[in-house]
Amino acid sequence: MDKLYSLTAAQMKDLLDRKEVTSVEITKSVIDRIEKTDGEIQAYTSYNFEQALQQAAAADEKRAKGETVGELAGIPVAVKDNMCTKNLRTTAGSKMLGNFVPPYNATVVEKLLADGAVIIGKTTMDEFAMGSSGENSAFQVARNPWDTTRVPGGSSSGSAATVAASQVPLALGSDTGGSIRQPACLTGIVGMKPTYGAVSRYGLIAYGSSLDQIGPMARTVDDTAMLFKAICGKDKMDATSKDYTYTPYGDSVKGMKLGLPKEYFGEGISAEVKERIYQAVEVLKAQGAEIVEVSLPSTDYALSAYYIIACAEASSNLGRYDGVKYGFTGSDRSSLENLYISSRSEGFGEEVQRRILLGTYVLSSGFYDAYYKKAKVLQKVIAKEFDDALKLCDAIITPLNPTTAFKIGEKSNDPVAMWAGDICTVTLNIAGLPGINVPCGFDSNNMPVGFQVLGRKFSESTLLTIAKCYENTVGGFAVKEF
Amino acid sequence: MNSNYEIVVGLEVHAELSTETKIFCGCKNEFGAEVNTNVCPVCMGLPGTLPVLNEQVVEYAIKMGHAMNCTINGTTKHDRKNYFYPDLPKSYQISQFDIPLCENGYLDVLVGDEVKRIGVTRIHIEEDAGKLIHDDSLGGSLADYNRCGVPLIEIVSEPDIRSADEAKAYLDTIHTTLLYLGISDAKMQEGSVRCDVNVSVRPAGSTEFGTRVEMKNVNSFSAAHRAINYEAARQIKVLEEGGEIVQETRRWDDVKGVNVLLRSKEDAQDYRYFPDPDLLTFVVSDEKIAEIKASIPELPVAKTMRYMSEYKLSRADSELLALNKNTAAFFEAVIATGKCEPKSVSNWILGDIYKVLNERKCEITDLALTPANLAEMISLIEKKTISNAAGKTVLEVILDENKDPNEIVKEKGLAQVSDTGALNAIVEKVLANNEKAVTDFKNGKTNVVGFLVGQCMKESKGKGNPAMLKDMVVAAIEKM
Repeated sequence: MDKLYSLTAAQMKDLLDRKEVTSVEITKSVIDRIEKTDGEIQAYTSYNFEQALQQAAAADEKRAKGETVGELAGIPVAVKDNMCTKNLRTTAGSKMLGNFVPPYNATVVEKLLADGAVIIGKTTMDEFAMGSSGENSAFQVARNPWDTTRVPGGSSSGSAATVAASQVPLALGSDTGGSIRQPACLTGIVGMKPTYGAVSRYGLIAYGSSLDQIGPMARTVDDTAMLFKAICGKDKMDATSKDYTYTPYGDSVKGMKLGLPKEYFGEGISAEVKERIYQAVEVLKAQGAEIVEVSLPSTDYALSAYYIIACAEASSNLGRYDGVKYGFTGSDRSSLENLYISSRSEGFGEEVQRRILLGTYVLSSGFYDAYYKKAKVLQKVIAKEFDDALKLCDAIITPLNPTTAFKIGEKSNDPVAMWAGDICTVTLNIAGLPGINVPCGFDSNNMPVGFQVLGRKFSESTLLTIAKCYENTVGGFAVKEF
Repeated sequence: MNSNYEIVVGLEVHAELSTETKIFCGCKNEFGAEVNTNVCPVCMGLPGTLPVLNEQVVEYAIKMGHAMNCTINGTTKHDRKNYFYPDLPKSYQISQFDIPLCENGYLDVLVGDEVKRIGVTRIHIEEDAGKLIHDDSLGGSLADYNRCGVPLIEIVSEPDIRSADEAKAYLDTIHTTLLYLGISDAKMQEGSVRCDVNVSVRPAGSTEFGTRVEMKNVNSFSAAHRAINYEAARQIKVLEEGGEIVQETRRWDDVKGVNVLLRSKEDAQDYRYFPDPDLLTFVVSDEKIAEIKASIPELPVAKTMRYMSEYKLSRADSELLALNKNTAAFFEAVIATGKCEPKSVSNWILGDIYKVLNERKCEITDLALTPANLAEMISLIEKKTISNAAGKTVLEVILDENKDPNEIVKEKGLAQVSDTGALNAIVEKVLANNEKAVTDFKNGKTNVVGFLVGQCMKESKGKGNPAMLKDMVVAAIEKM
């Protein structure tokens, strides 16, 4: 069969169940596709081809014997390089962990393996998940398949790029302030940040622990749901994970109330993006959704609160990379202090150092109350506003990114502009709510536009229902021939 | 010590808790395992790992909180204390900052015959760090992470301690309390109890505190005693010479008996405490807190006081009995039989039995001796069925064998002879064989009667009633 790699996960499952193809055939097709295209896309920091073929053969054997297999059995999945994989290099996109091989699997990886999935490789990312373009990787810049001179977004840049380029049907990303949804938006795929606590963080290399969440990325809503179902649920290794029962989703928005917050449609959002989103809202309205206006007045403060909380936590989380135990060791070993300084100065990239410094500053005595404490108060205010707004509607629709994908290098010298782009995404992480990117057309440069659907805690099935209804109504999402 | 000055001491005691597993992972919590064997990705702080709270730690710490009369905060909150050191693999220690598990308590301690109340500011739970092994032959240091994640409680006292003796009494009381509660091995030599000492001095009668100096590396309670006296003398000397005390941290060198500057206040680290986002607050219900409180046994100082008032024992004997949980329980079990006097029980335990425990280096519970058998043995003496000497013979048997003392007395024929006829024969024989002593007695050296009674006891093979024999010896000589 031709182009097996380009199938969706649901199509692969169907063929596998009907024994029309084997997982080894699919996996070989995917490997071949990656080998032919990844020189340009640069979606992977490590390939896992040998292991992947063994996993595929194992899944085939189980199916052949008629044993019960998981939904993802035999289906290739890419994993962001900040999720620990036993005996497979896990770099978090950093020189600091360039040679780090974990002795254990992240819970999500364990779950994928238990389901029979094929782990195809580890995807390129902004260093320690800090970035919105993928340009902060210590190794390479993943490309946007729609225009390889443009960024795919970040920090889950490789996961978005590999799915958008039809190298694999599924990828795991992580989202601390939009790192799943924003690259999904910029590459025209679906990406969902689940409710904080819906998916175990055990084995996810921490950036901002109270905000980090792992989630699925795919080219269709069904595939997104399929991957989410495999990874969600309480984990005894993660005290912040919650009991979570996956509930099936529908495809009708009839009678649903969808909120539009005026604060998300202000000056900062490009006219073209706004226009596409209003069109998408019209589509949902035509399907029977009722549109209501809601207000989230503290939205403007969310960005500050986000960067203070995330950086504060990062400054503590990244302290362990000191050149002593594993990973990169600096060149000056003349004293303990010099070892620390050289390891961290040489091992971390500029953006990571910027955030560690900022986080250290906001936690230091004398500044804690003015910054960190205030940000935590704001976090409560923002969460409360979402709660109130979500009492008036079933879900809220906003733009996902102010613009479409920009050119590589365009913003890399302006960190503030780069941070400002996160305005639509960070609010969810601050409030711990789930959100999903739904592709909704293209701008004049033929770059994808997406809208965000967000909802109450643990309302993933509502979000998937709305996304599915839109997907069906518009006849599916465009896939880049690459 | 210069009596123009008063010493003010506050203590921070760290005690390792003897839970089965570590505080945030499933690794075994044991001392002395081979280097880096009791470790896992979590306590090694590997990227991506997360802590999960061991609830037994909370329970143990609450026990100590109750024992120190603290208010218990049922909602635990954990904070990160950030600093860089190679023995701390995460670069932060999970501790408690603004809301400790227990606070506002006190501990009554005995200093001489006085009860002194020492305020307890707080008790919080935290994880221990690893150990660095410095070895010049390797040209550097090695890290052993076995101790990472071993649960600790830190007990912070108010600056209520006024002398090295009070500090020692406070530390000793904490030590016995930990053992009584069964929450710590409390072995100083294994480092399972450690303390930091804060010392200041002020003119006698002053109500304001002087500038305090913190001392680290105080590795035993007796070292604490020496360190406090040294530091107080040092500060008084500085003040007497017109100098000023500077707030600083000093390192105690117990071998040399001196301390040296470790860091000044300006170099104090900013630990950037903030709530640990990986741990949700853990709530202990009021019922559970009450349940733990109900499980707290009577503690050593209270026992000591009770033994003194209820049993009229001396302070020293009471404290010795109360010091060891097993000994105290045994003592009380013997008393509970109602067969014998507390004073005799105390004498037997602290005398012959203690000697055996010391020789065998064991606990009273390791012996076959039962409270019932000891009570019976003592009551036989009190009823004059056997002599004290015969009691020792019985004890030798019942130490290692659960056997009715009455049977032993029967088998060994240890019953005291109180039959006048039989005793008369013995007295006559002894007096006939000891003419010199009889003459001495007649010449006024009446203390030889002890020797004569001893000879009679020997002749009776320890079975004679010594009181009767004494009367009979005196009467016989006087009749001569």
